[in-house]
This record gives sequence, structure tokens and C-alpha cells, in this order.
Amino acid sequence: MTTSRLRSITATTTLLVLAGTLTACVPSSDSTPSGTQSPAAGGDTEGTNSTVTVVVHDSFQISDEQKAAFTQSTGYDLNVVTNGDGGALVNKLVLTKESPLGDVAYGVDNTFASRGITEGVFAPYTSPAQSPTGADLAIPGDDTLTAVDYGDVCLNLDPTWFKDNNIDEPTSLDDLTDPVYKDLTVVTNPATSSPGLSFMFATIGQYGEEGYLDYWNDLNDNGLKIVDGWEDAYYVDFTGAGDGDRPIALSYASSPAFTVTDDGTETTTTAMLDTCFRQVEYAGVLAGANNPEGGQAFIDFLLGDDFQNTIPDAMYMYPVTDSATLPDAWSQFAPVPPNPISLDPALIATNRDAWIKDWNAQIIG
Amino acid sequence: MTPGSKTGTRRSLANTPVVAPHTAPRAAPHIVGQARTRAVRRLVVWGGAAAIPLIFLGVFFGWPVTALIARGFLTDGALDLSGFADVLTTPRTWRLLGITLAQGVVGTLVAVALGIPGAYILYRCTFPGRTIARALVTIPFVLPTVVVGVAFRALLAPNGPLGFLNIDGTFTAVVAALVFFNYSVVVRTVGGMWEKIDPRTAEAARSLGASRTRALWTVTLPQLMPAITSAAAVVFLFCATAFGTVMVLGGQGYGTIETEIWMQTVQFLDLRTAAILSILQLTVVALALWVSARARTSRERALTLVSDTTAQRPLNLRQDAAALTITALTGIGLLAWPLLNLLTAAFRDRNGNWTLNNFTALGTTGERNALSVTVWEALYNSLVIAFYATLTALIIGGLVAYVVSRRPTSPTGKNAITWLDALFMLPLGVSAVTVGFGFLITLDRPLGFNLDLRSSGLLVPLAQAVVATPLVVRTVLPVLRAIDPRQHHAAATLGAPPWRVALTIDWPHATRALGLAAGMAFAVSLGEFGATSFLARPDTATLPIVIFRLISKPGAENYGMALAASVILALVTAAIMMLAERLRTTTAGEF
Repeated sequence: MTTSRLRSITATTTLLVLAGTLTACVPSSDSTPSGTQSPAAGGDTEGTNSTVTVVVHDSFQISDEQKAAFTQSTGYDLNVVTNGDGGALVNKLVLTKESPLGDVAYGVDNTFASRGITEGVFAPYTSPAQSPTGADLAIPGDDTLTAVDYGDVCLNLDPTWFKDNNIDEPTSLDDLTDPVYKDLTVVTNPATSSPGLSFMFATIGQYGEEGYLDYWNDLNDNGLKIVDGWEDAYYVDFTGAGDGDRPIALSYASSPAFTVTDDGTETTTTAMLDTCFRQVEYAGVLAGANNPEGGQAFIDFLLGDDFQNTIPDAMYMYPVTDSATLPDAWSQFAPVPPNPISLDPALIATNRDAWIKDWNAQIIG
Repeated sequence: MTPGSKTGTRRSLANTPVVAPHTAPRAAPHIVGQARTRAVRRLVVWGGAAAIPLIFLGVFFGWPVTALIARGFLTDGALDLSGFADVLTTPRTWRLLGITLAQGVVGTLVAVALGIPGAYILYRCTFPGRTIARALVTIPFVLPTVVVGVAFRALLAPNGPLGFLNIDGTFTAVVAALVFFNYSVVVRTVGGMWEKIDPRTAEAARSLGASRTRALWTVTLPQLMPAITSAAAVVFLFCATAFGTVMVLGGQGYGTIETEIWMQTVQFLDLRTAAILSILQLTVVALALWVSARARTSRERALTLVSDTTAQRPLNLRQDAAALTITALTGIGLLAWPLLNLLTAAFRDRNGNWTLNNFTALGTTGERNALSVTVWEALYNSLVIAFYATLTALIIGGLVAYVVSRRPTSPTGKNAITWLDALFMLPLGVSAVTVGFGFLITLDRPLGFNLDLRSSGLLVPLAQAVVATPLVVRTVLPVLRAIDPRQHHAAATLGAPPWRVALTIDWPHATRALGLAAGMAFAVSLGEFGATSFLARPDTATLPIVIFRLISKPGAENYGMALAASVILALVTAAIMMLAERLRTTTAGEF
């Protein structure tokens, strides 16, 4: 009894101390500049204009130094709110357009942007900081969204596997239906994964609305494997990143920069540069924002060299400004695909959902 | 429901000289007046106790879900129910419903069948290392589904050690993973009850000549039925609405109502279809709860509860051989193997050499800053958030369990309690997407507060508490219900006001169950991903969120860090479980 009472007291004390420590620390985590400002962010009472609330997708990264730099140069505090992946983000913005989640959104990509634009989620803004490359990536006819970065979804290869098996590496989408490459490819489902959707757009860009499903049927006949998520395909099925059995996997043009050998002289995977589809990520001031000027200032900040330089490492995309510098591994092993397969954004806007549904019905069944 | 109520009360009246308060109606006028004030007072007390959880559930669950579903049924402001015809005539809908039900039912049956022997070994027998074994069993419950999915697939994929089974991407693989996750729910819920059942009842049957098997079937299992059905209901809801597991392990064409709601909402923003699927999901959930309530009410009765140390005895290798074999096989084959696989992978680099680098990297923000916070900061966020979520869930869930454990005699009272019980289970059965999107359209300055809850970060622990509350209720309720109502009546007759009855009769029993419940709630909060991923801000990202981000990026270092972070999550969970166990078993001696 005594020992059990003693143990009880010890355990209780430990829990209480733990609880106390946690409680004591909470105010500190809540009293960060962004924390204290958050109530004001959505309210239209006094003081709203000292904070910019930024709604972002879940890959967004910003360091404390950058936050501080933003506050110093613009006078606004930054409140960052994460809202799921690109697709979820757009849908949330559409659902909340009557009372926006913040002042500015970042992370809307060209496969989903049309929905936000049609629904009137964004307010017009053209940043004076936009570069010529960025301007080229703008959506034709739209004056609301600003391109911030871009990246290409491409099939990746495991060259060692092809060398070991004495098979030539495939170079084009056409090659993949060749029986030589039977049972070698893994891609992701366009309905559940954002690279999967981009790859479907690549096949539509290449074979047209009439021909893409035939191509997919041929791929299927050639032993294509389709999984739901990128991590699943890349880490389980791909021979280049795990113990998988498929040397051709859907990933990004930048992925080879992350499989560089320890001595830094070569990479163990490569991207098939003729199978790529370009994703462009945009930022836009939200219509009905409390602090539209702050939102615009944030977009200008995103286009500044300081932020653009961090994009490759933090978000796995290429910067849009021409003056930004790429990390060494990128410039060496992850070149920008010179001629990605393109698809008219207007066509994507009209047919996106129908294409996915047709694909689902035909290929998955 | 509360069936026990009928038999229980009747038995108590027949067997004891105690007169329950409500059996004294036709007395002198002043006594009638007293009785009425007492009735009014009782209504205020119970009404108040029920109101707090109801308001909580209403604001953070009922309202958001209803608002989102309602939006799906409104087209340009007019009610449009045409979607029912469209969705319900699609063969796809019925195929998905079939998979959902099959997955839920099979997952539940297997988890219960394996979990009951596990509960016996871990809660009824004593053996060295039991505390650790109990804590280890809980680990899978909190592990991020994506990591476990990838770990399972690494075993099952054509090149994996179990590739010869050919179950990669099949129904079997999904069910195996669901059992992996939910085994501990059965073990802990049933075990929590089993360890307190007086062994003398079964011993009496044995001394009257019943075989061990017969005593188990006719005495012990019926006594455990409320806990078993409780656990089964929870596991069914978890299995039927699993998301990450299904996405990773379900092969091409595999889908459930849950994944379809996600797809219709997140991919197509087709709220009309999503609303109908949500209604379908709610129907399945309601049906499951109804079945479970029926099974429970026909079995529930007051039991003689004893301190767990009285009920336990040392593990006997011969007598307990069957239960021990099943538990050992489950523990090693289904739980330990994937976990060990994960553990060893966390200590290897990409060339397969042993390394600690994945763990030392946890203090950084990942390969080329893949994260906004370090893994340790994320762990800290997780603990703080889980602490508040657990506190909230214990208060709300404790109140619910307390109210629902009452046995009113009026049919209205009984009905009210049945509904209340079922209502608080719903959060387990409704898609996180529906709740998350519902938050967005309802929680901008809710109830007149000038606070945009949607982006405040306060919502994270609250959303986790909503999910943890049903587990608290299901853990505490079977124990409270098993308290003999005669004890309440006796106390009341002796003049104890309701609060004193609660404090002296219910509280001592409840504290032990609350310890178990606190552990469960903490585990749920630590592992929660669905709702948290909708709400967490980058600087307050939790451990599961960070793990998901790491594994969503290329790079051997990021992958290794995701595994190492999962190991940390598992260890922290095990430690907290052991602490909760310790607190619980030691306070047991105090009454």
C-alpha cells in the first residue's frame, strides 16, 4: 500500500508537472506576433490593417527571418494559415468567398486556378515586381493571379536498372506502350493526386481529348500500375528511391536533385524531359479582403529575390524571377525541361472535371 | 434502451429493503411537494450536465456538418433533392457502399476476435513486462496512416518479404492494416472492464461443474458484452471511415464512401453529391450505432466490480495457452513486425547502412529546409495541443458518460439517454472533410464573438477533442453503467444530495476509467491527422503533419526523418500510456 501510494504520488506529480510545463508554455506560443494578431485578421474592427493574413497550401514554408524581413520592409505582421493541398485550398477559397479566410492566397496552381477565377475569389492586381518569365506564365485574359513559381511533373527513371538489364532508357510517352517496357511504369491517380492530374494533362496535351484514353488503355495493357499517392509510387514502387520493382515512376523534374550520391558527383535518378507538364503556382489578393494593400505587399514580397531564392529548397519549385539563383544540385541535376507539353488553360477550365471522370470510368472502372 | 435499468431496478426493489425515491408517490401532500422540488432540481442538475456537452458538440460538430450538407441541397437558394436520384442510381455508389460495409464489418470482427484474448492476457493476468506490453499495443493506434501504409506496402509489395502472398492492393491488405490500428481499442476497452469483474461468479460456475470454456461463454462473455459492443461500435466507425489506409493500401479501383466524399469535395467541389454521400455515411453510422445499442441493452446489467488486483492472477502457461497463443501471434505477426520494420528502417541510410543520422536530423528543419519547424518543435506543439484536447475531451466525455449512465424510469428519459449516447459517437463516423469544410463556412466569428475561429489555431485542440470524446465516453460508460444502482439508491435514501452520490459512489469507479480514457484521448489527439491538417498553422504544425510533409517530398533524408519522427511519436505515445496506466492502477487502491 505504501509503495503503491508512493508510486501513485510520483505518477500524479509527473503528470501535473508535465501539465504545468505545457500550460506555462502556451502563452508564449500564442503570443507570437501572428498569434496575437489573428483575432483581428478576420474582424473588421479597428487595427485590422496592421496584419496581413496569408492563406497558403500545405507545402508553403517561410522562415522566421523572412517573416521578420517582411514586417520590417512593409510594416505589416504576417499571419500564415495553412489550408490543405492546392485543390483543397481553391475549394476552401470558393466556399468562403463571402467572408474570406484572409487577405491574400498563395499556392493555387494552373490545374485548379480556373475554378477560383470563375467564382470571383480574387481581386485584380498586377505586381510591379513581376519578371518577364513570370508574366509569360500568367493565365491569358486574367488580371488577378500572379505567377510565383513553377515546376514540372515528369516521369523519372532509374538508369542503373536499365543498365543492369541491358534495356535502352525510354525517352517519350510513346515508348511506354512498347512491350519492352511492360510492367515497368508506376503513375498516380489523377483524381487523388496532383502530379497524377498533371500527368493526365500531359497525355491530353500530347494525344488530344480524343486520343488520351486510348493511350491510357495501351498503357494499361502494357502493365501500368496506378496508385493513389505520390509517396506511395515513389517510395514503395520505384526502384530509384526504395526497394520497388518499377524503374519508371511519376515525380518531378526537380526530384533528381534529391538523389545525388554522397560525393555529389552524380544522381541516381533522371527525369524524362519530354514527358513533362508544367505546374505554375500563383498568388492572388482575395476579393473582399480586409487589408488588400497588405495582400499586394505580400505578393511583391514573394517576387523579391530573397524569397525567390528559397523556393527551390523549401517548395521544390523553380523561381519565376530571372535574377534568382538555383542551388548547385538543381542547376547540375535538375534542369528545367525546355519544352514541356502544354495544354490550353481555357480548355482545362472547361473540361477538367469531365476528363477526370471519363478517365476514372474508363481506366479504373 | 438502458435495458439493465429495467431488470436492474426491478431486481433491486425485489431484493433489498431500500426504497428508491421515485417509488413514494402517494404520500402526504408535503411529501409530494418535496418530491416535486426534488424532481425539478434533478431536472436542472441533469439538464445542466447534459447541456454543456451538447452545446460543445453542437458548435464544433453539428452546426458545421449540417451547414455543409445543407449547402449541398441548396441550388440558388432553393431546395434541390434531385441529387438523390442521380447519386443513388449510380452503380458506383452501391459498389462503394458495399466495400465500406464489408471493410467495416470484417475489420471489426477480426479486431474483436483477436482483441478479446488480448484483453484477457493483458488485463486479467499478471506477468513481468505487462505494463510495457500494454503500452506497446497502443502504439499503432497513433501512428500516421500514411507512414504505416507505406510500411505495410513495403512488406506486401511484389519485391517485399511478404510479396509472395500477393495481397498488395487488396481488401485483405486494407483489413490487416485496419486491425493493426484498432486492435488496441478492443484490448483496452474490454480489458478495462474485464479487470474489474468479480472472478467469483465464474469460479462459482466452475465449482458447479462448468468447464472453463462453458464458464467463459455463459458467464464471463455475457458480463463483458457491454464493453465488447462498445469497442466494436468504435472500431466499426474507425474502419468504415478510414481514409489514409484505404488510399495507400487499397489498390486500383478500391474506394469507400469516405474516399468518395473526399474526392467529390476536394477534387470536384461537388457539394451536392458529397451531401448525399454524407447522408449515406450517416445512415450507415446510425445503423451501426443502433445495432450496437441493441446488443448492449440486451446484455447490460449491474455487476459486482472489484479492484483489479483482486481479479488478476499470474499468467498460467497451460490454462491460458489458447489466449496466449492468439495474443502472441497477433502481437508478433501483426503488430510487432511492421513496427520493427519501421524501426529498423529509421536507423538505416539509403544504402542500407546503420546510422543515427535520421534522428540527429530531427533537430533540423529537414533536408534543405523541408519544414517550417523542427521535429522537436512539432512534438512540443503536439503535446501542448493534445493536453488541451484531452482535458476538453475528459470534461465533455465525462459529463456525457455520467448523464448517459443514469437509468431514468420514464420512457422519455430513456429515449433521451439513448439519443445522447448515439449523438456523441457521430464524430467518429463523419468524414473529416465534411467537418473541416463545415468549419470554414460556420466558424467565422461564431455566436457573435469577434474572433475568426477558422484561422485562430484554437480550433485544433477543439477539433481533436470532438474526435476523442466518443472514446472517453465508451471507456468510462461501461464502468459507470456496471455500478449497482442500489448503491445510488442507498446513498440517496441516507440523505445524500446528488452531487454527494456522484462524488462518493461514481467518482471512485470513474477515476480509474478516466485514467484509461485520458490515455486513449491523448493518443487520439497525438495521432489525429484529418481535422488537424485542415486547421494547423505552419508554425504550430503537429508531429503527424510534419511527418506527412516529410514523406511527401523526395530525398532519402526526408524519408529517413519521416521514419525517425514516427518512431519518436510511437515512443512518446508508449510513455504517456504507461504513465496513464500507472496513475490508474495505483489510484485504484484508494477506495
